[in-house]
Amino acid sequence: MIPASFAYARPTSVDEALQAIAAGGEDVKIMAGGQSLIPVMRLRLAAPETVVDLTRVTELRGVREDGDSLVIGAMTTHSDILRDPLIAQYGKLIAEATETVADPAVRHRGTFGGALAHADPAGDLPAVALALDAEFVIAGPGGARRSVPASAFFVDYLTTALEEGELLVEVRVPKLGEGWGVRYEKFNRVAQAWSIVAVAAAVRREGSTIAEARIGLTNMGSTPLRATATEQALVGADVSLETVTAAAAQAAEGTEPSSDLNAQADYRQHLARVLTGRAVRAAAGL
Amino acid sequence: MTQISVRVDGASYADDVEPRTLLVHYLREQLGKVGTVVGCDTSNCGACTVHLDGESVKSCTVLAVQADGSEVTTIEGIAEGGELHPMQRAFHEKHGLQCGYCTPGMIMASIDLLKNNPNPSEAEIREGIEGNLCRCTGYVNIVRAVQQAAGEMSSTAGAQA
Repeated sequence: MIPASFAYARPTSVDEALQAIAAGGEDVKIMAGGQSLIPVMRLRLAAPETVVDLTRVTELRGVREDGDSLVIGAMTTHSDILRDPLIAQYGKLIAEATETVADPAVRHRGTFGGALAHADPAGDLPAVALALDAEFVIAGPGGARRSVPASAFFVDYLTTALEEGELLVEVRVPKLGEGWGVRYEKFNRVAQAWSIVAVAAAVRREGSTIAEARIGLTNMGSTPLRATATEQALVGADVSLETVTAAAAQAAEGTEPSSDLNAQADYRQHLARVLTGRAVRAAAGL
Repeated sequence: MTQISVRVDGASYADDVEPRTLLVHYLREQLGKVGTVVGCDTSNCGACTVHLDGESVKSCTVLAVQADGSEVTTIEGIAEGGELHPMQRAFHEKHGLQCGYCTPGMIMASIDLLKNNPNPSEAEIREGIEGNLCRCTGYVNIVRAVQQAAGEMSSTAGAQA
C-alpha cells in the first residue's frame, strides 16, 4: 500500500516548521518519527494534503535539565531516551515505558513528542506523562509559546489540546530522584503489541510510609487516566502488602474502558486492579 | 517529484521520487535492490528492515525522501569481497530459516542488535529481534545463529583490537 499524494515540507528549525504548517493549508499533518502516521497514511486512513516532516529540526531533539525538571525535546527518539544519562538518573519511569514501545527498529524513528501528540490511549507514554504531571510546551503561529499541563493536554481519543497551526516543542517532567521507586506494568498478548492495559506507578517512600504516589492508566478510556482513588489511599499509608492491595482494588474507579477483540471492559478493569497492585508493590520495594 | 541523493550499499544515487514513495519501494523498484522484501506492509513483520545511517529501520515505514543525504545498507550490501557477513554465514550454518522470507530483515535486525550489545543473552536476542516475525522456524535456530555470529564477531573484533 502506498500513501495518497501529498506536498512535502522538510523544515530545519522550529520557526521554519511553524511557517510550513501555516502555509500548508487546512489539511496539514505534522510528521515526527512517522511510525504511527506513515502506517495510517499507507492504509489511507489519513490522506493529508501536506506533510511537514520534523526529522531535520535538530533543536527539538535531546534531553536537558532545568532545575528540578527534565526537559525533553519533542523529536527525541525512543532510542535516544533509552541511551540518555539524565533519563537513566531521573526518568526511570519514562525509560521503563519506552522500552516496551513497539520494537528496536520502530524506536529508532519514533519520538517522545510524536507519541504524546498522537495521543493513542493504548500508547504507553501518555499515561506516564499524565502520572508525572508533565507540562507540554507548545509553539503557536508566529512563535509564541504556551504551556499546557498533562491533565488538560489529553482531550479525547487521538485528540489533544494542540490547536491548528501549533507545534509541540518540548515536554517538562519533574525529576524523580532519590526516594522514588517506579514501575511500568504492561499487559499485552505478544511482543511489540499495543497495551491491552498498562499501569505507570511512581511511589516515594519516607521510611516505612508512602509519602507520594502517582499512578497513570493506559488504555482504560479514551484518554490516559490517573488512578486517583488509589493514589489517595496510598498517601500516608504504611508500606505493606495489605495497604497496597486494598488501595489497588480501587484502581478502576471512575474508568470506562472500551470493549474490543482483546478484552471486554470488565476484564480491563480487572487488569487495571491487578496491574496497579503489581506496579505499586514493585515501585514501593515490596 | 523531489530529488534525493542517497548512498545505498556503498554506491551513490541521485533520483527523483514522489514524497509518498516508501523507502522499500524506492530500493526495490528504482534501484532493483530486491533482496529487501515487503512482508506485511503494516510495520509489524520487519522483513523490510534495512540500516539507515547505521540504525535498523522498517523501510516500509520511512519515506524515500527521508533518506536524502543518508547512507542505507541493505541485505545486499553486507557481504564483503564475495565473503558472506558472519551473520549471513551463521544463519546458513545454523539453519536459521525455512522459507527465507523473513531472513533479510532478521539478519539486518540481528546485526543492529550486536552493534549495541555484542554479547547478548538468549533473552536479549529474543527481545532484540522482537520486531521481526518468522512464521516457520519457531526462532530456535535463529537465536542459535545470532549466538554463533556474536561469538565470531566479538572474537574477530578482539583480534583486531
